[in-house]
Amino acid sequence: MIVNKILEIHDVKREFVMGDQIVRALKGVSFDVNAGEFLTIMGSSGSGKTTLLNMLGCLDKPTEGIYMLDNVNIKDLSRDELARLRNTKIGFVFQAYNLLPRTTALENVELPLMYNPAIGAKERKDRAIAALEAVKLGDRFDHTPNQLSGGQQQRVAIARALVNEPVMILADEATGNLDTRTSYEIMSLMQDLNQNGKTIVFVTHEPDIAAFSSRTVMLKDGRVVKDTQNTKRRSASEALAGLPVSDDY
Amino acid sequence: MKIINLIRLAIKALQRNKLRALLTMLGIIIGVASVITMMSIGEGSKQSINASLASMGSNMITIMPYSNEPGGARMMGSSLKTLTSKDIDALKAGAVDIAEISPLVNSSGQSINGANNWPTSIQGVSPEYLDIRKLVVQDGIIFSDQDVRSSAKVCLLGKTVVDNLFPNGDDPIGKIIRFGKIPFQVIGTLVPKGTSNFGQDQDDIIIAPYTTVQKRITSSIYFNQVYASATSEDASDAAVAEINTILRASHRLREGQDNDFQVRTQAELMTMMNSTSSMMTALLTAVASISLVIGGIGIMNIMYVSVTERTREIGLRMSIGARGIDILLQFLIEAVMISITGGIIGVLLGITAAIVVPSMLNWPTVISEFSIVISFLVCAITGIFFGYYPALKASKLDPIEALRYE
Repeated sequence: MIVNKILEIHDVKREFVMGDQIVRALKGVSFDVNAGEFLTIMGSSGSGKTTLLNMLGCLDKPTEGIYMLDNVNIKDLSRDELARLRNTKIGFVFQAYNLLPRTTALENVELPLMYNPAIGAKERKDRAIAALEAVKLGDRFDHTPNQLSGGQQQRVAIARALVNEPVMILADEATGNLDTRTSYEIMSLMQDLNQNGKTIVFVTHEPDIAAFSSRTVMLKDGRVVKDTQNTKRRSASEALAGLPVSDDY
Repeated sequence: MKIINLIRLAIKALQRNKLRALLTMLGIIIGVASVITMMSIGEGSKQSINASLASMGSNMITIMPYSNEPGGARMMGSSLKTLTSKDIDALKAGAVDIAEISPLVNSSGQSINGANNWPTSIQGVSPEYLDIRKLVVQDGIIFSDQDVRSSAKVCLLGKTVVDNLFPNGDDPIGKIIRFGKIPFQVIGTLVPKGTSNFGQDQDDIIIAPYTTVQKRITSSIYFNQVYASATSEDASDAAVAEINTILRASHRLREGQDNDFQVRTQAELMTMMNSTSSMMTALLTAVASISLVIGGIGIMNIMYVSVTERTREIGLRMSIGARGIDILLQFLIEAVMISITGGIIGVLLGITAAIVVPSMLNWPTVISEFSIVISFLVCAITGIFFGYYPALKASKLDPIEALRYE
């Protein structure tokens, strides 16, 4: 079986110049991600997690080394070409949801397609509806973010990440603002998406969350210190069922 | 992003902050409204001046006595004594560009009809005067050349004089009135002309043969003024040159000696009046334009605030695929929407003011399409000019920093 490599990262280095000091955030990181993997990137603060995430999301370029996203070398691309790549190949999910305020769920989900001139108004709406239904928010099209709970907002954000049919969903601490139950719900959704073939890269610092993934890359001081397949993968829906029923609900 | 979507986005963003958008527009609204109002008032007064000057006869030429002698007491032009019937004869004989000519001798005094009296002025003229001044006989007839030769005591009355001497509505034709002590038979009345641009009642006159006025009233052989008409408006300048040559010869003025008379054409007067009103319009428009610039700075200010406020939104849009140009256009279109909406409101307000002003202040106004087009264009340019820098700033933001902006 030929494995399709979504990400190829080879000896990537990223340095920042702060005044007269050079800060080395990444000191040579190498790993590949295959299609259909559910990868978590773990590490404490200062480990280079955020820098790596920005790079994976094509928001930043490596100082040295090669980063291939779906067989495209990032290094040679202009600012506008990077934007185009983010638009078509990556679906972002942020810790703070980053939905547009006073804008309906449907319009929020349509947003990435707005920046794709190949997609007309009709197709845009149809795809946004399908994406919202995929995250089980089929009855919340006209709700604005402040009318939705945190978990629902994050599901709108996931729908927004899915709508452009990206090669990879890139989540940055996507459960960081949520309680355990809602986190498990989100992880369950992520696992479902992964089951259906989506490649997911999930940045987190919670080992609890990492247990739901198929593989974990551990970063420390700008280097990969551990890269392990997760043999004892937990099912988020089972974990959810195992939670005691809380009086809060 | 497609332009139509960007426009929808801009409308939505403005709707979200209605009051703020309105306040931002206020500068533009006031600027545009005042430019249009000022320009329509200027244009209106210009047209009304032109119309009233034309009604006085657009190829009319006025000759007045004039002295520029240095030293000594200078006197009012009309009291100088240089123009006589000899000049009229010389002009009639020599000037080919003059169609008609009439002397004017005037005097003020009391007109009396039985128990009614009215202070007015009498103008001694020849029959041609009516043609030159575009005066029209309403009832009765104009006196003849024979009446002039015989110094007949006949006269025509302006409407104001008729109203005051015949308050009961009697027909004045054939009646004898007195001007001072001299009895005159009324042979005609004049069609009313109304108030002149200088606020003078043009109907408050009595017209009589100049010979009669000279002999019976002023007891002088001199004229206060001479009125002439050029054969056409274009011939005015040639006629003026002829008058100068003929009168200098008639007055035996030596080379280098100043004229003892002064020739004015209606065209000169028109230019003079118009230049005054054009300058006023230009000044008022300049003041109004300043408020357009201030309005533009207001837009720039609010757009900077908006960009800062929405830094996270910009970061998000960039992270999901917006290019710099998409962000630039988004904010630029928003700024242009503010300025153009302000412009539309301003134009409507300006037109309303131009319609209301005449009824309130009795100033004539004429709305010119030119002023509307110009102020609208200026609005759009203001929006682009002052919206560009905030929009450029937004488009240059680093998505990583913008996403983390608190």
